[in-house]
Amino acid sequence: MASPVAVATQGGLGRAWDVVWRARRLVERNVLVYRHQWIVILSGVAEPIFYLIGIGMGLGGLVRTVGLPDGRSISYTAYVAPALLATAAMNGAVFETIFNVFFKLNFRKTYDGILATPMGISEIAIGEMLWALMRASLYAVSMLVLMTALGLILSPWALLTLPVTLFVAATFSATGLAGTAFLRTVQDFDIPMGLIVMPMFLFSGTFFPISAYPIPIQVFMQATPLFHSISLIRGLTTGLMGLEQVWDFAYLVGFFSLAMVIAMRRMERKLIK
Amino acid sequence: MSGAPGDALVRARKLTKRFGSFTAVDGIDFDVRPAEAFGFLGPNGAGKTSTMRMIACASPVTDGDLAVIGMNPASQAREIKARLGVVPQVDNLDTELTVRENLEMYARYFDIPGSVARSRADELLEFVQLAERAKDQVEPLSGGMKRRLTIARALINEPQLVILDEPTTGLDPQARHLLWDRLYRLKQRGATLIITTHYMDEAEQLCDRLVVMDKARIVAEGSPLELIERYATREVLELRFGDVKRASLDGQLQGLAERVEELPDRTLVYTDDGEAALDEVHRRNIPVQSALVRRASLEDVFLSLTGRSLVE
Ligand SMILES: Nc1ncnc2c1ncn2[C@@H]1O[C@H](COP(=O)(O)OP(=O)(O)OP(=O)(O)O)[C@@H](O)[C@H]1O
Ligand SMILES: [Mg+2]
Repeated sequence: MASPVAVATQGGLGRAWDVVWRARRLVERNVLVYRHQWIVILSGVAEPIFYLIGIGMGLGGLVRTVGLPDGRSISYTAYVAPALLATAAMNGAVFETIFNVFFKLNFRKTYDGILATPMGISEIAIGEMLWALMRASLYAVSMLVLMTALGLILSPWALLTLPVTLFVAATFSATGLAGTAFLRTVQDFDIPMGLIVMPMFLFSGTFFPISAYPIPIQVFMQATPLFHSISLIRGLTTGLMGLEQVWDFAYLVGFFSLAMVIAMRRMERKLIK
Repeated sequence: MSGAPGDALVRARKLTKRFGSFTAVDGIDFDVRPAEAFGFLGPNGAGKTSTMRMIACASPVTDGDLAVIGMNPASQAREIKARLGVVPQVDNLDTELTVRENLEMYARYFDIPGSVARSRADELLEFVQLAERAKDQVEPLSGGMKRRLTIARALINEPQLVILDEPTTGLDPQARHLLWDRLYRLKQRGATLIITTHYMDEAEQLCDRLVVMDKARIVAEGSPLELIERYATREVLELRFGDVKRASLDGQLQGLAERVEELPDRTLVYTDDGEAALDEVHRRNIPVQSALVRRASLEDVFLSLTGRSLVE
């Protein structure tokens, strides 16, 4: 069996594209499953909107404006919205790849059936990522539409927000896939959710600049992908683009590649005996 | 691509599967010829499923050579799998899809166009008698119905080689006979079948040739008839003694036949003339509760080779 990692790294772009093209079948499958469950996906659309209204407007009444490093002052809602956008992309991707993939991997044996067809592990892994990406992009697009309607887009750089948000979603879906193959029991879910996703959401400069926290927390947070996702997307929507955002992007590219390699290895380990 | 070496559709040489330090398949050799039905028999844990999974490209070969339809599972899994139908020992249907969606979606993995997929799904649902359940979810189906759906799914790509790991376990007699009939017709059309089963009648009915595996090795190979001739006598006298302690009978059965096999519930006397042996039992005044003379079957072969009764 050709290692998916080998296929992805040595097989050349043509073969990599073939895998992605065949992986669309898994997206097709997930569409079929979710055809009866659109409400689940819609609730994911609503969540960041509730956050934006609840926290952005609520806290915005107290905080009103936030000063940016370049001297401008922007409304608190405009400050928080891009962070919620990044978080929505993360949640869409992570929930799909952690919860749903875990059950298919461990209890439903869905992949064992699929692997008896010409589909391989690379197709399955990439198919799940593509699907998570589609789900996350739905969240991202609806947030972007809302932000535009509320006048929270402050810079022409924002044209890049959609592709960047998709890349952020790709990074988190690869991360989720890598993580889920390590989980053994349903109880294990509490670890990534409670110890990683939640604190990242709170401390990554989502609601306040991270300078509000003690140095050790700041250093730690700068190592997380959500911090860089928020910093990058906030840069785009507010027009605060600089070297820092270049570094954010480079960091995310590196993180994405690493997560991909781990995800493929783990899926292979888990499914091939 | 085509033209497997030596005309075999599946060819294994010193084929080995290890899980860690445990050897599940220990250097076995076999050839499956095109358009034949080839059986794997053997007690639980003999290594049948491990072998089937290697052929199906679901499990990497640890050692030795394996060619499936002339191709190497290690490098051409996708090409091989496109031409296989697989019924795994344990059903792995897509429980998030309906009965019909299971078939149609599976067809899509094989790149079968939607319209063809739909008509094949119709035909197969009819065949496995699940047409009325087409719109139902999979989970609430009975065990036998799930099995039938798994079988239908394996045929969606009109496979050249069908691998069936205990296909009829859990099926009622009518469904079993229907499946035998269908498999027979598949073979007539040129498909090759590889089957494992614990039902000896099934093996005799379906298999042109078979191997018996025991403890990771192949211990015998041949057609059902050849195996019966080689490993059993023509007839078998089955004796039941009721409450009488059989240990005390040991001596009394001596010299009666070539071989005497003690099972928990009965004693098997292997002989070419069952009636004569029974007369001798009566002449010796051995207190039998009931006696039956029958032709030897694969079950007797199995028993003599593995020392185990099939029905565990
Ligand atoms: N994934 C695995 N990891 C470790 N050991 C395994 C694994 N799969 C099978 N084995 C071992 O390999 C041996 C052969 O198993 P296999 O499933 O091939 O037997 P089988 O002949 O199909 O038996 P049965 O009639 O019960 O289906 C068993 O001892 C089993 O425990
Ligand atoms: Mg088995």
